[in-house]
Amino acid sequence: MQELPEEVLRLQGLRKSYNVGTELEVEILHGLDLHLRRGELAALVGPSGSGKSTLLNVIGLLDALTAGELFMLGAPTSAMDDEARTQLRNQRIGFVFQFHHLITAFSVLENVLMPLTIRGDKVKPQQVDRARALLREVGLEKFANKKPNAISGGQQQRVAIARALVTEPALLLADEPTGNLDTHTAGDVFELFRRFNREIGCAVLVVTHDPRLSASCERTINLVDGFIVSDAKNVL
Amino acid sequence: MRSLDALQVESRIALRFLGENALQSLLIISGIAVGAAVIVFITALITGLQANIIQQTLGSQSHIKLTVPDQANRIAPASGGTVQLVNETMRAQRLQPILNWQEVLAALDTQGDLLAVSPLISGPAIASRGVARNAVVLMGMVPERYLQIVRVDTDIVAGSFRVGAGNAVIGSELARDLGLVVGDKLQISAAEGRNTTLLVAGIFTLGVPELDERFVYLDLQEAQTLLALPGGVTIIDATIPELFEANTIAARLRALTQLKTESWMESNGDLLNALTSQSMSTQMIVVFVGISVAFGIASVLAISVVQRTREIGILRAMGSRRRQILRVFLLQGAVLGFLGSLAGAAAGYALVQVFNVFGPQLFFVPVAPGLLLAAVALSTLTGVLAAAAPARRAARYDPAVAIRYV
Repeated sequence: MQELPEEVLRLQGLRKSYNVGTELEVEILHGLDLHLRRGELAALVGPSGSGKSTLLNVIGLLDALTAGELFMLGAPTSAMDDEARTQLRNQRIGFVFQFHHLITAFSVLENVLMPLTIRGDKVKPQQVDRARALLREVGLEKFANKKPNAISGGQQQRVAIARALVTEPALLLADEPTGNLDTHTAGDVFELFRRFNREIGCAVLVVTHDPRLSASCERTINLVDGFIVSDAKNVL
Repeated sequence: MRSLDALQVESRIALRFLGENALQSLLIISGIAVGAAVIVFITALITGLQANIIQQTLGSQSHIKLTVPDQANRIAPASGGTVQLVNETMRAQRLQPILNWQEVLAALDTQGDLLAVSPLISGPAIASRGVARNAVVLMGMVPERYLQIVRVDTDIVAGSFRVGAGNAVIGSELARDLGLVVGDKLQISAAEGRNTTLLVAGIFTLGVPELDERFVYLDLQEAQTLLALPGGVTIIDATIPELFEANTIAARLRALTQLKTESWMESNGDLLNALTSQSMSTQMIVVFVGISVAFGIASVLAISVVQRTREIGILRAMGSRRRQILRVFLLQGAVLGFLGSLAGAAAGYALVQVFNVFGPQLFFVPVAPGLLLAAVALSTLTGVLAAAAPARRAARYDPAVAIRYV
């Protein structure tokens, strides 16, 4: 793994509007400044409709920003084309979504390897070893050859986490990763985020509604109506 | 081989997607197979039928016939400023020999695009036995050459094809009209009161009643004597390897020999018309079956794209490029088209064999391997083209929206 710069993500006056240039133009994010360092575990909280998912999509380079700048590992991204953003997503960012989104036609192990597979190169044996090691870490090694439909929701979400980490990303983004799980399973899954954050050293940004989970992060960013109203370190 | 590895990834995803919806894939593959089978069967049937009709037509005639140009009145041109009114009586076309036919024949023998060339003297006569009389056409020829043009020897129903020394070969209709069998004698009265008696050595059935009633084959020299054209021939027949080049080659031979030429295509204009119309209707069927197959593939893939919206979204989020998604769905179209047409080509081939064995057996229908290959190749291509619209749609999905699709 190459040495990552200290700063993983920086937003500078980031604005995001929809229907730009039409009568229906509406601004969702109003000039956000944000900074995420290597190894940080931050919770993004806020009421429904405050723009959390939009912000996560913009940070994840799934959606383009309207104004301002987003630096990923020090490099500005607003001028990048779809191809370059796609490549950056593949190499530097890991995603975990609420509805786990495994590809049901592939086995658990194949799903974990998918971000590497779609690069188009042959998957190397050591990459397969790493994928198996990640599955072992999330306690699912024996399900490696099962199809996603054959395991529980909590297990699927753990597979999705393993998949997000297989490329050793600099930034892990999670959009309500425990929203669909019972409290006990949610706690287990969240524990995984904390552990990988410690072990791998990637920055983690988690959107969550669960105050207990956000309180267990070292930092909580509160987004209301498209403004960051608070950004504070938690006393752990 | 990065691009090949990449394509391998895409085909793996495509095959898994198809495999996951096995029933859906199987249904559309069956649909494509039915279409391909219809195309193979009907094309083979019509091609076979046409080949049979052409073969039957050309079984009793040459591909190109060279004769002496018709005689015409020579009208002296009027001098300038004069209006010329002509009341012309058309010339009677008497039997005329081809001048220097040996040289013409020798020249034609050197032409690479002719399979065989044969001199023939042909003229009218009356055949009689007792009180029964029939108008006939005397066909004087050299068997070694003529049998390369029309295989009369394979159409013999009694006796053998033997001419010379007073032997003649006649058609079955004439034999019946005059009550002749092999070994009987036949009176011939021809031009200028020349008479002879011929021995029936063989009886043929070409399958064309008109010819079976009229043609009397005999030795070239004997016919020359009977028709009062000693040493002359009236027709030179030629066959060519490429049937449908007859008009072109005929034009070239006309320029070469200064003789009048007539290709089988000119003398069978109606037949050619019918064949062309038939081919067109076959092509229409093929095109419309192809279109319905294409719509089938397109609709199945369009449904699949919607079903897989979230998976496409997650693939894009993980770093799949648009082109990759596009190719995944194009490949699905290609695989459906390929597998469907493979099954269809096999079924079409089997249908033709069933037709050959259990059908009316009027003619044999061969299946060219090229037809099967073309059916598979075209269906695969149709699959790719039909997949284009759904694949583009999938590639254009906004990943941020697609992921949240429920």
